[in-house]
Amino acid sequence: MRFSTSSMRGRAELGVPYGRLPGETRKAGSREHHGDGASAALAAGGKSSGVAVGWVVTLEAMRKGMVMAQLVTKEDISRLHKVFLDDMFGMPGGEKLKLCQQCGACSGSCPTSYLMDYTPREIIASLRAGMLDKIVNSNTMWMCASCYLCTVRCPAGIKITDMMYELKRLAIKYNLTGGTKNPAMTKIFINNVDSYGRNDEAMLMGKFILTQNWALPFKFASIGLKLVRTGRMPLRLPRSIRGRDELHEITAYLDAKEGAL
Amino acid sequence: MSDQHNGNGGNGRGNGRGQREEKIAVYVCHCGTNIGGTVDVPAVVAWAASQPGVTVAREYKYMCSDPGQDLIKNDIKELGITRVVVAACSPTMHEPTFRKAAADAGLNPFLLQMANIREHCSWVTEDPVAATQKAKRILGAQIHRLPFNQALNPIDVQVNQDVLVVGGGIAGIEAALKLAEAGKHVYMVERNPSIGGHMAMFDKTFPTLDCAACILTPKMSALGKHPNITLLAYSEVTHVDGYVGNFTVTVKKKARYVNTDLCTGCGACQEACVVRKVKSEFDQGLGYRSAIYIPFPQAVPLRATIDPENCLTLSRGACKKQSCVAACGPKAIDFDQKDEEVELAVGAIVLATGFELFDCREEPTYGYGRLDNVITSLEFERLSNASGPTGGHIVLKNGETPKSVAILHCVGSRSVNHQEYCSRVCCMYSLKFAHLIKEHLPDTEVWELYIDMRTNGKGYEEFYKRLMDEGVNFIRGRAAEVTDFAMSPEEEGKLIVKAEDTLLGVVRRLPVDMVILSAGLSPQHDAKEVSQIFGFGCSANGFFLERHPKLEPVATVTDGVFICGACQFPKDIPDTVAQAGAAAAGVLTLVNNVSVKIEPTISYIDPEKCSGCHVCVGLCPYAAIRVNAETGAAEVVEAACKGCGVCVAACPSGVPQQRGYLDEQIFAEIEGALVV
Amino acid sequence: MKYSYYPGCSAEATAVGYDVSTRAVCAKLGIELVELPDWNCCGSTSYFSVRELRSFGISARNLAIAQEMGDMDLVTTCNACYTVLAKTNRYMADNAQLRADIVEALHRAGRHYDGNVKVRHLVDVLVNDLGYDAIRERVTKPLTGVRVACYYGCQMTRPMGTFDDPEFPVTLDKLTEVAGATPVDYPCKTKCCGGMLMLTNEQAALRLCFELLKSARDSEADVIIAACPLCEMNVEAYQSRVNKEYGTDFHIPVMYFTQLLGLALGISAKDLALDKQVVPVDSVLAALPA
Repeated sequence: MRFSTSSMRGRAELGVPYGRLPGETRKAGSREHHGDGASAALAAGGKSSGVAVGWVVTLEAMRKGMVMAQLVTKEDISRLHKVFLDDMFGMPGGEKLKLCQQCGACSGSCPTSYLMDYTPREIIASLRAGMLDKIVNSNTMWMCASCYLCTVRCPAGIKITDMMYELKRLAIKYNLTGGTKNPAMTKIFINNVDSYGRNDEAMLMGKFILTQNWALPFKFASIGLKLVRTGRMPLRLPRSIRGRDELHEITAYLDAKEGAL
Repeated sequence: MSDQHNGNGGNGRGNGRGQREEKIAVYVCHCGTNIGGTVDVPAVVAWAASQPGVTVAREYKYMCSDPGQDLIKNDIKELGITRVVVAACSPTMHEPTFRKAAADAGLNPFLLQMANIREHCSWVTEDPVAATQKAKRILGAQIHRLPFNQALNPIDVQVNQDVLVVGGGIAGIEAALKLAEAGKHVYMVERNPSIGGHMAMFDKTFPTLDCAACILTPKMSALGKHPNITLLAYSEVTHVDGYVGNFTVTVKKKARYVNTDLCTGCGACQEACVVRKVKSEFDQGLGYRSAIYIPFPQAVPLRATIDPENCLTLSRGACKKQSCVAACGPKAIDFDQKDEEVELAVGAIVLATGFELFDCREEPTYGYGRLDNVITSLEFERLSNASGPTGGHIVLKNGETPKSVAILHCVGSRSVNHQEYCSRVCCMYSLKFAHLIKEHLPDTEVWELYIDMRTNGKGYEEFYKRLMDEGVNFIRGRAAEVTDFAMSPEEEGKLIVKAEDTLLGVVRRLPVDMVILSAGLSPQHDAKEVSQIFGFGCSANGFFLERHPKLEPVATVTDGVFICGACQFPKDIPDTVAQAGAAAAGVLTLVNNVSVKIEPTISYIDPEKCSGCHVCVGLCPYAAIRVNAETGAAEVVEAACKGCGVCVAACPSGVPQQRGYLDEQIFAEIEGALVV
Repeated sequence: MKYSYYPGCSAEATAVGYDVSTRAVCAKLGIELVELPDWNCCGSTSYFSVRELRSFGISARNLAIAQEMGDMDLVTTCNACYTVLAKTNRYMADNAQLRADIVEALHRAGRHYDGNVKVRHLVDVLVNDLGYDAIRERVTKPLTGVRVACYYGCQMTRPMGTFDDPEFPVTLDKLTEVAGATPVDYPCKTKCCGGMLMLTNEQAALRLCFELLKSARDSEADVIIAACPLCEMNVEAYQSRVNKEYGTDFHIPVMYFTQLLGLALGISAKDLALDKQVVPVDSVLAALPA
């Protein structure tokens, strides 16, 4: 029983959609602790030449009310794959990926692996084979609930949950949504934190519902009302912490190091 | 044996000849690129040739080869060389090689030194200038030292012909029988009341499916009867003194509280005993024994033993009936028996102490100890064995037969969380279990959950195919967990094994009645302590450390002490028997010589200079210094001295000198190292 | 016994009961909690999914604030906050470059952090600093006969397993015994509730909550106690969704472990914010001795 995404397979043939608005540049920051072959590789790549294999619409662009298309070529796709590979093997503990016995204890332990396009074990196998087509479009990392059962049980000591986090970050960076709503949710989350310093749950749910899933209010109506009634979902204007500027200082400095989204 | 007569320089001092009177030959080895790639060998050779006392300096690619050694031999013969230094690898590698070459050419081997310019020089830096400089220094030290070297001859030591074998499993039994057949007297010490080890617990053995007891018990019996073997069962080695050829071993014979000369092994006592529900160790806790017991019917020696913790008399003085005493015809029971200590004198020792099974409680995910009907491999052996607690019927805890069984591989092995190594035998014994289940219960479904199938022995792959043919279900996937939490009606009352079927890429839930954990083989819990009693150590994974992993798998760093079987590393019965034979051959090589030669680089105390303070006597770690009753001076027991140098350093008068490491030699080395 | 206290974002809304009961219980037990002034969101699992360095940065700001408060351990009640803050400490200790970057970022914001603030979970503090015996002495209303399913959630003991076993923990069970109640043995103690997936992939999370509720009911639990705001939300507030999806009729009371402990310590239900529960807890209150 596995969740099949035939619609996504169709998209893979078009070419991998990855988000970079024309004219946007990347800084190749120094990130020894987090191998960022990513930015450097793409920055070095420059404009893509070669035969276009498809079009892509970026989520970023849509939110800004524009529809902008980006041509992608085979070189772009292989560069993206290389970026993924370097990044995954470069992360702390990433070298342990080579030690995977392909035993499947991770997939067997995972509470949501039955919903994943590719199980955690298959993801590692794909990484080692360099066959990134499976990974870049999959929903695997978005199904991860960070329960760490895989990490605790892995006989090779691979930090699989951290691997999933890294895949999430890469997917957001290159706008690969895996056909799920998770990336949008996490983006709203960090937006809230960046703006106010804390996460107002009502605002989080509200924004998520409004932008993602109009059917949700109907599903959650009774629960939402109960929570409001018992005082567990105060509906009030968001307040920000006094140290919001501190957060901005921190994030601005670290963004310069990590490379912008 | 008088020190004056073995040509080892009675006064222990240098003979005072200076450098210019010797003819020193220097050989600098390239060792391929190991040395030559970093050190400028021609420059070192040229420098050496310019040093005082050096008659000839040569270089060669591989000095340890025959042509390389021939260079040394020819120079000794033709140029009258009197001292040699070979600048190459570590002396632990090739000092014996070059010293033998010198001896063959007629030069006393202790007049040859090695200068380590590989492990101490070219292998620890990438800087050629620094390496070349250091190589000159190391070489210079030896060139300066050599004139102070003296000719020394090895010391003959008598070798005791008797042998000790520790451990009475298949490895120990095999080694003991081979040695006994070769005419040696063998002492066997076994910690359990009977020999037989783990193999005695097995049902059938792979791949031939021989009954383990059928092939083992004849050997056990032969050992018990052999005129050349003295069996000390229910005993442990507590202390070992001495050295190769001359070990003194202290053995504690634990009290059985039964006079073994009178006991006939009839077993009436265990039937009569009032304490009947002690969990049987031999049956892995699945069956019971009495407080007075014979571990299994084929035990050797066939004698009863009383377990002092469970016997009411011995633990609390509270057994009114003492029915065992009444039942015993020969009146063999003796509650006053004490532990006994004996001393054995042997020339060589073989350790064959075996393994322990991985404790499955350390992997709680699989439910051992928490869920019923999750059992270990040894527990299954006892279930399947016709003389086991269930009479050979494979049953669940409630007595019913299982309709489905899952066998989980690699429990406790190949994991950073437990043991990192592969235990070698589990794939094969798991297949064996599948076969036994199919044989006993043809309608039962069997699932084998494996990661890699390691069936690489003679007949092993064919065995695997046979099991495939028998309809066993193979799933490639390490079990993630075993639970009793049913998620559908079919799963109610069952154990559910959750695993990813990696070949299909699907997570599966298998509802089964019984789960067998193919537990790995661990070192004995006291392996470290035991190895230290015998003077060697353990490798990183806890098993006994062999002298060389490829070329000397049954020897240890201590001469005269050998290891074989699973105590060295997990292995199957064919390999165990082979290693036991290899250890026996090693022992015979040693003891078949009436005497053995030991290194002469030991301490010498000049009785005329010794003031008799006896500080050194207490300090010697090998108890190798005794006091001469007549002169009151300290003197070295040559055969026991290991040349550690403690007495040399400790003596307030500076009297003890270590041959081959005299003060003049050391000081000359220091000066020579500073010349460059 | 004084600790700096990090409530977490949920403490202001869905987990207000956890915050209120934590303060009440700690006051009763003589543990002084000083809330971090002007703390910010730790980032939880979501921030870390988007940006790595930044998420360590914002998490470390809280640690810097804690450092300024003096030589105290930082205690938090939310599993996710606990894991994120402890992870920040550990990664900064293991990685010199990361540490340098974070310290510099904090410096620019006018904050300083040396990496020495110890992050503790409230359960760890109660069990190891105060001790079971000290708590037992102050229990005035033992919940005798109440069968409790202790739901640890996944991030209290994983991945580091600092104070309890990663898969078979015992601390909450023992605290339950101290409160006079009976902990039940059930297979889902540390199984994931789905967390954030309840919003984004409802099917996945509902299924996990269903399994949890079913196993609690099969073990005849009267109440489930949780140690993480998100776990409690999912298992309690979404019980009706689970019922709708699976055709079940679960009405198992769920509360924070501090609320259960608080009842045993004699604190009133109102003072423990137990009137804010979605699934009624009357059956548990009825079991209290008079």
